[in-house]
Amino acid sequence: MSQMAIAALKTQHRNLVQTMFDEGMLDNQFNQLQDLQDSSNPNFVDEVITLFCNDAERIITELTRHLSYQNVDFSKLDSYVHQLKGSSSSIGAHRLKLACVNLRQASDGWNKEECVEAFYSIRREYCHLRTKFQVMMQIQRRIVSLENNQQ
Amino acid sequence: MEMAVDKTQFHVLAVDDSLIDRKLIERLLKTSSFQVTAVDSGIKALEFLGLNDDDDDEDEQRDSNSESISSDEDQDHQDLGVNLIITDYCMPGMTGYDLLKKIKKSSCFKDIPVVIMSSENIPSRINRCLEDGAEEFFLKPVRLSDVNKLRPHLMKGRSKDIDFPDRTRSGCLISTGN
Repeated sequence: MSQMAIAALKTQHRNLVQTMFDEGMLDNQFNQLQDLQDSSNPNFVDEVITLFCNDAERIITELTRHLSYQNVDFSKLDSYVHQLKGSSSSIGAHRLKLACVNLRQASDGWNKEECVEAFYSIRREYCHLRTKFQVMMQIQRRIVSLENNQQ
Repeated sequence: MEMAVDKTQFHVLAVDDSLIDRKLIERLLKTSSFQVTAVDSGIKALEFLGLNDDDDDEDEQRDSNSESISSDEDQDHQDLGVNLIITDYCMPGMTGYDLLKKIKKSSCFKDIPVVIMSSENIPSRINRCLEDGAEEFFLKPVRLSDVNKLRPHLMKGRSKDIDFPDRTRSGCLISTGN
């Protein structure tokens, strides 16, 4: 019976990932990550997503803080966005990466208002992504747990 | 436990300040049967190699001192077994380019192939790195197909190695097939 449950969960997982691709939330880099997961590293994607989310939240906190100052330190801002853009790119978070590019451009222009707008986009994109990632990880963990019970 | 193919295992030193990228490069390298040490800065990389930051000009001097553990200088550094260094370009403090220059200036380590990674596609940056001794320049995100390009550089370096019979090799393990 759990075979059917596992199969159903895998379909659910696949569909979720496909939706995220279709919406441009994820790109091919995410496939690369999935390909690196195997029986010797069954939690690889989960681990990377967790690292990514912790890091993204740290950066978003810093960005929030820096944008709250009257005099924005644009080079600090740029440095943080560069980090977030990098990790977004590494995990395949396509739309979030693009949002980072927008903030970098606004930051290059030393335009605080534009930066704030661009930052809101980043925060929105990240929240959507995190929600979907959380569902994805829940499904994945159930699959792993069922598969482990079978052994 | 990683299954190695029927050849010597190469040891790669990976340098990247991003935790995610370190995890990624480590997985990519291990998937390709490399042994990996990952550090988060150029300084740590130099420390790992046993090369102090301000010592590179004094390498000649240090080598002639009796400070080193073994009398054979090349033997000593080869025992660390780093066969290739792969480093991010943009890092706080010491950049990957700075690290490249230090490695190439070092009498002990200048022959270790160095590969640079960067998320930014800047031709002048790429050219400068390649001109100053980097074997390859990978654009991030790095993929398995990039990592597969590393082996030829390592094989080339291997033929220059001094034989060190007392070093353990992974030897003839069964390949799971790649």
